[in-house]
Amino acid sequence: MQTVQAIDRALPILHSGPGCAQKLSENTGSSGYFSPNIFPCTSINEKDVVFGGVKKLDSTIENALKVIDADLYIVLTGCIPEIVGDDSGEVVSRYEDAEKPVIYAPTAGFKGNNFKGHEQVVDAIVEQYLKKSDKKTPGLVNIWADVPYQDLFWLGNIRELEKLVAELGLIPNTIFGYKRGIENINKIPEAQFNLLVSPWVGLGNMKKMERKLGIPYLHYPTLPIGATETSKFLRAVGEFAGVDSEKVEAVIKEHEDYYYYLIGRYADLFLENRVINKQFTVVADAQYSLGITKFLVNDLGLVPAKQFVVDDTPKNYRDKISEEFKKLNFGIEAEVSFETDGYKIHEEIKNHDYHGYPLVLGGYYEKEVTESLKGNFLNVSWPVQDKVVLDDFYVGYTGGIRLIEDIYTVAVQRFN
Amino acid sequence: MPINLNNSNVATRENRIGSITGYVGTLKDLATQSECGTLKGCSRCFSQSSTCLSGCALNQLSGIRDVAIIHHGPAGCSVAASSAYYMSKVMSKKRGVTSDTVYVGTDMNENDTIFGSTESLRQVILEVYKRYHPKAIFVSSSCATGIIGEDIDSIVDEVKPEIDVPIVAVHCEGFKSRIWATGFDISDHAVLQSIVQPPREGVKTNKINFKNFFESARPEIIEIFKRFDLDPVFLYCNSTVEELSHLSESIATTCICGTLGNYLGNALEEKYGVPYVRSINQCGIAGFEAWLREIGKVTGRSEKIEEYIAEQRAIYIPQIEEVKKELKGLTAVLGMGPGYTFEVSRVLDELGIKVVWALAWHYDKKYENGDVPPSMKYLLDNDIDFEASVADQQNYEVMNILHKYKPDMYLSRHPGSTVWAIKNGTPAIYVADEYMIFGYKHTLEFAKTIVDAIKNRSFEENLAKRSKLPYTDWWYQQDVDKFLEEVK
Repeated sequence: MQTVQAIDRALPILHSGPGCAQKLSENTGSSGYFSPNIFPCTSINEKDVVFGGVKKLDSTIENALKVIDADLYIVLTGCIPEIVGDDSGEVVSRYEDAEKPVIYAPTAGFKGNNFKGHEQVVDAIVEQYLKKSDKKTPGLVNIWADVPYQDLFWLGNIRELEKLVAELGLIPNTIFGYKRGIENINKIPEAQFNLLVSPWVGLGNMKKMERKLGIPYLHYPTLPIGATETSKFLRAVGEFAGVDSEKVEAVIKEHEDYYYYLIGRYADLFLENRVINKQFTVVADAQYSLGITKFLVNDLGLVPAKQFVVDDTPKNYRDKISEEFKKLNFGIEAEVSFETDGYKIHEEIKNHDYHGYPLVLGGYYEKEVTESLKGNFLNVSWPVQDKVVLDDFYVGYTGGIRLIEDIYTVAVQRFN
Repeated sequence: MPINLNNSNVATRENRIGSITGYVGTLKDLATQSECGTLKGCSRCFSQSSTCLSGCALNQLSGIRDVAIIHHGPAGCSVAASSAYYMSKVMSKKRGVTSDTVYVGTDMNENDTIFGSTESLRQVILEVYKRYHPKAIFVSSSCATGIIGEDIDSIVDEVKPEIDVPIVAVHCEGFKSRIWATGFDISDHAVLQSIVQPPREGVKTNKINFKNFFESARPEIIEIFKRFDLDPVFLYCNSTVEELSHLSESIATTCICGTLGNYLGNALEEKYGVPYVRSINQCGIAGFEAWLREIGKVTGRSEKIEEYIAEQRAIYIPQIEEVKKELKGLTAVLGMGPGYTFEVSRVLDELGIKVVWALAWHYDKKYENGDVPPSMKYLLDNDIDFEASVADQQNYEVMNILHKYKPDMYLSRHPGSTVWAIKNGTPAIYVADEYMIFGYKHTLEFAKTIVDAIKNRSFEENLAKRSKLPYTDWWYQQDVDKFLEEVK
C-alpha cells in the first residue's frame, strides 16, 4: 500500500476490512495528493465474509474510477478475501478496457510482510501493465531501492541515487516520488538496464523484468553510504554501463575531495570526544544494517559488535548477505543475526561487552535498552519516533555526512 | 440491554444499540426517527477506508501499565505494537511513572491459515508470561484468526492454570462491526471480565472513575475535584491492574466522551450499583455546568459544586462574552465521532457560530440504558437544528459538503482529516485533545484558538493555491448521498 502511495497519482483500492489502510499507513509524509483516508476500500463486513465480497469490490472499483482522479488504480487484497476465496483477479479483469489502467496485487497479510508486498506491487505492474519494448534508450537506467515509507529516507535516497547515476552521464529513471509516476513507469521497458540497490528486496522483480521485458540488471547489494562504498558503487555502475573509467574517476575525485575536506575539519570531534566508543550495533532491515556497518567500519574506523537484520529476510538470501558483512577493511568480519524477536536482540545487546558506551543505531524499540546501558542511540530505522524526515537521506557521499551529523548530534548532548 | 460478562464476545453496536453509519438529513429528523424507532441506516456501494475496531480496543488496553497484549494474527495486524510501545513510554514518563506494557504479535503465516496455529499461540502466551511477568494478559483475535475459527477462548482457558495473573480473550475481528467504537466496548468488556473484582467489604472511598483518552487535564481535574472531596481515577491510560480491580468500589463513573465511556459506565452500574453520571459532556459552559451538577446530585455534593460554579462563572463568563464578539456570524462544518459532534455543535452555538452541517462518523440511536444520547436531547430541547449526516469517516462526503457550503471553518478530531479541509481553502481546527473544550477555562481557550485560526489563513491559502484535490469535477456535482443505499 505504501509502495503504491509512493507512486505519484497511483491509487490503492483496498479489498479489505475498514481499518487496514489506517493501521498500515505512516502518519508522517502521508497527506499528499492521496492519503490513506482517500483510498477506496470495500470495508468488508460480516455478511461479505459469509457471502463473498466480489460485488462490493466491483462497485468500489467502478465508482473509484468516477470519483477519484488517478493515473493508475491498483487493487490490493487483504487477509479476508483471500481466505474466503473471492476471485478478485476476475473482478479486476472486467476493467481491462477502462479509460485508466486497473491492476491487481494479492497482498494478504499472512503471506508476508510489507517488504514482500512491495515486490508484489512491482510485479503486478510488470506483469499486468508493462509490455516489452523494441525501442531502447541508450544510457537509460531504472533505479530500484528499498521500500518507500518503511524506509524513512526513501525519497531522499532515491533522488540522491539518481543524481549520482546522472553524474556518470547516464539517464536515471525511477517511479517513486515527486513527478515520477506513470510516465516513468511507461519508460521502464526502454531502459538499457535495471540497477537494484538493495541486499534482497526487489531481486525477484529484477529477474521478472529480465525474463519478461528483456532488461538485464546490476544487483548492488549494499546501500552506499559514505566515500568508500559510494566510490565502489560508482565504479561498479560505470563498468556495467560501459562508462569511460576516466570519467568515473573524475566524478569520484571531486566528491571525495569535498568529503574529506569536511571530515578533516571535524576529525578532532570524532577522535577527541569521550562518548563514542569503537564498538557499535545496528538493528535494522538488511539495507541499513549492512550499509551502516560498512560505513562505520570502512569510513570511520569503528568496530562491529553483533549486527541484527530484522526484516525477516527470506532464508535463501541470508547466506549471501552474511557474506557481505564479512567484506570489511583489514579483514574485519561482522557477525550478523537474522532475528525478528526483539527480546532476544535486547538480551544480546545487554550481554555484549562494548568496552565502553555502546553505540546503537536501530528502531525506536532499541532506545530504552540503549539508554539503560548509558549508550548512544540513533533512531535510523522503523519504527521511527525520534526524527522527522522530509527529504533527508543517508545514501552517497552527502548521505554519509548526514549520518555523521546525526550520530554526533546525539554525542554532543553529553560530556562523558 | 443486560451486559453478559460470562461470554468474551461483545455484541456489536449495530446489534446492541442500533447504531448506524449512513444517513443524510437534518438533526431533528435523525432524532425524531431514532425516538420513534423508524431510523434505518444506509450502507454505501462506494466507500473509503476508515478505522479498525481492533485498533480502538487494543490501544485502550495497551494504555494500562505493565500488561501484555498478544495479537494473534498476521504481522500487519500487530503493527500497532510500535505506537502502543511509544505511547506507553511517553505517557508514563509524562506522569512520572513507568510502564513495561508489551504488545506482541504471533506473526501468522500462510500455513497457519490452513492448519491452524493454536499451539503456537499457547507457546507465545506462556513465553510472554515467563519473559515479561505482566500483571494481566489480553489475547486478541484478528480477521484472519476469526475466519479460520481459531478458538482463542479455549486456549486461554487451557493456559489459565499455569498463569497466576488475569488473562482474557479479546474478540477483535475487524470485519465484525462498521463502528470502530465497538472496540471501546470490547476493551471495557475485557477489563470487566478479567480484572474488575466485586467491592471489598467495608471499603469506603471518595474515588470517582473517570474514563478518558490521554489524561492531559489530569492535574487540573484532581485540583478541582479536591474541592468536592472527590478523587478521580483516570482510565485506561496509565491505569494499573490493581486500580482497575477496584473500579466497583468507586462512588460513581463519569467520562469525557459518551461513545468511549458508555459501556463501562453502564456495566459498573448494572453489575455493582456504581452510578453512571449521565449528562451532556464537559464541553462548553452549559455542558460543564450540567455535568458538574449531575456529579453533585449523584454523589451528594451539590452545595460545594454550586459554590464552585458561581466562583468560576464570575472569572470566565465575561472573558468568554468578550471573545464571542469576534466569532459572531461565522459558519462551521464539523466531522467527529458522535460522542463529540453533537457536543461541539452545542458549544459552537453557545459561541455564536452557526453550524451549517454536522457529520458524525456513526450514530448511536440509544445508549445502553435505552435513552437517546443526552447531547442530542439537549440540542432538540433547545430547538437547535442543522443539516446532518452520518458519514463513517468518508472523506469524499466531507469534501463534497465543504465544497458546496464553503464554511469559515472545519472542525475535526481524527488524524488525517484536517489537511483536506485546508487544501480546500477552509481553515481547520483540530479538536484532538479531549480536554480542548473542557470547562470554562478551555472553552475560553478554544474560542481564542478559533479567532487565531480564522485570523491568519496564510498556511491554508498557500497550500490551497498549490494543491490539486483528488476528486473529479463529476463528484462535486453529485449529491452527497449519491452512494447511499437502503439496507435490505
